[in-house]
Amino acid sequence: MTAEATSAESGPAVLALVEVGKHFGGVSALQGVSIEVHRGEVVALVGDNGAGKSTLLRCVAGAHLPDVGSIEVDGRPVVIRHPSEARALGIEAVHQDLALADHLDVVANMFLGREISRRIGPFGVLDNRAMRAKANEIISEFGIKIPSLRARVRHLSGGQRQGVAIGRAVGWGTKLVMMDEPTAALGVRETARVQELIKSLAGKGLAVLLVSHNLDQVFEICDRVYVLRRGRLAAERKIANTTKEEVVGLITGAFAGEAATT
Amino acid sequence: MTQGTALPTDTMAKRSEMEVTESLGRRERIRAVVNSSLVGAALVALVVLFSLLSPYFLSESNIFRVLEQVSVVAVLAVGQAFVIITGGIDLSEAALVPLVGVISALVMNSQHSIVVGVAAGLAVGAGVGLLNGFLVTVPKLPPFIATLATFSAADGTALLATGGQPVFNLPSGFTNFGQGGLSVFPYMAIVAIAIAVLFQFILARTTFGRHVYAMGSNPVAARLAGLHNARISLMVYSISGLLSGIGGMLLTAFVSTAQPAVALNSELDAIAAVVIGGASLFGGEGTIWGAMLGALLLAVLNNGTELLGISTYVQTVLLGVVVAVAVAVDNVRRKAEA
Repeated sequence: MTAEATSAESGPAVLALVEVGKHFGGVSALQGVSIEVHRGEVVALVGDNGAGKSTLLRCVAGAHLPDVGSIEVDGRPVVIRHPSEARALGIEAVHQDLALADHLDVVANMFLGREISRRIGPFGVLDNRAMRAKANEIISEFGIKIPSLRARVRHLSGGQRQGVAIGRAVGWGTKLVMMDEPTAALGVRETARVQELIKSLAGKGLAVLLVSHNLDQVFEICDRVYVLRRGRLAAERKIANTTKEEVVGLITGAFAGEAATT
Repeated sequence: MTQGTALPTDTMAKRSEMEVTESLGRRERIRAVVNSSLVGAALVALVVLFSLLSPYFLSESNIFRVLEQVSVVAVLAVGQAFVIITGGIDLSEAALVPLVGVISALVMNSQHSIVVGVAAGLAVGAGVGLLNGFLVTVPKLPPFIATLATFSAADGTALLATGGQPVFNLPSGFTNFGQGGLSVFPYMAIVAIAIAVLFQFILARTTFGRHVYAMGSNPVAARLAGLHNARISLMVYSISGLLSGIGGMLLTAFVSTAQPAVALNSELDAIAAVVIGGASLFGGEGTIWGAMLGALLLAVLNNGTELLGISTYVQTVLLGVVVAVAVAVDNVRRKAEA
């Protein structure tokens, strides 16, 4: 555990954003943001609504292409033009709206974009049995509660949908898992379970980037926190060296923060 | 916190929630069956009704005729189903039918080769379909507008290519195929059935088919899952174009003449068949075999009313009524389950 942590500090960051900027029309959503996430580390991204947290996450997930700046994965600059490219790099995301196809069942959603198939002539024929088995494995490995793999996702409760989205991300993320408010729809017990899950991912050597409004959660499971304010990086703190009061102040702007001094 | 007492009720809530979801999953599957069996039941009811009212209805020659009537619409409906399940619509099918008909006929006559004529027809069909896909994905025209534009262009091209005159004297091998058959099955119906089986397999059992449903269900989620929606659109519109081309050639072979006039209402029949078969125009839902049942229902309705001497004007009105009732019934059932 401690060995893991020290080796994490030494190598190149799993994910590094360098002076990343993104605007939509005239609105600047991100400006000169630089962050790093290392192996085995849970890093929080906090900020008010509209601070640019989800935009940042979407840039890394390949949903948006940054206008300026660069993204590095394991020290190598990458351009992520499409979500499929992020996935190929071992980056998975749980988006805030969960991004599930309501008409499809749990297994189909978990395997969307990486179906197990056998080639028969020109056709990639779905191997549903193999996919169900693998889905069961993921679900039991991470202790995710989903009642039926064959239920259509639109019939699941908010918490169960969240379970599907999280299961999909943790089942395939090999380097970095990003989660945008993963416990927003969950009850107390489910939240605790997801927090355990996040810590276990870091324990396995993955990097985790967590967007959260819940500072109790941030202080419970994260190692560091980046504070965004109106699209800019307001501050970076080690959780061990800060307090909730300070972080709240940085979010609201009561404390100025030091911006760009990471 | 009264954790000790809170826990059991929580587990109980969990369990009942699980049961609800299980039964919903089952209900979902039942609904799919009920939906197609409702259309199936309506079909059986019509068959019983018409066979009681007309002794001729269940005769071999009439069954042959119904299957002839349904074949072209069935082939169009297969392509239309793919497009509709992605959340799109293809209005150009009805103009592609005559365009491919006249072009394959002209090529057949000038090259004295059925094969070359059919190849040209398939190429034109797939080409216009690809153009539809391009218009929908690159300049991002709404599917309704894109396919309305190609409808008009294809219609005009068919008239230009022929000077507005029908193309006669097609190779006898071609027209014989259009009118021949095995027992009660016309060759064109056998083609339609083969196409339906192949494309139901593609839709239900292949990775591509799953992506078609995913894109129609939630295009944003599909993209975030790494799917390339533009490629899926190009594929489904190309399939629709290709199958419209096959439909156009079947029709030409059947009537022995290539008419440059638009096959009026045939795309509406195809859309109606797909929707009666349980597809949602919002995407994400539908099956080929449902669409085939829908197409057969429309053909039986047409044929039966014709046998009973009901005017074709009334038949057209009936088509509207059937579509409205089918979709309304489906909506009510959906709402009851939501």
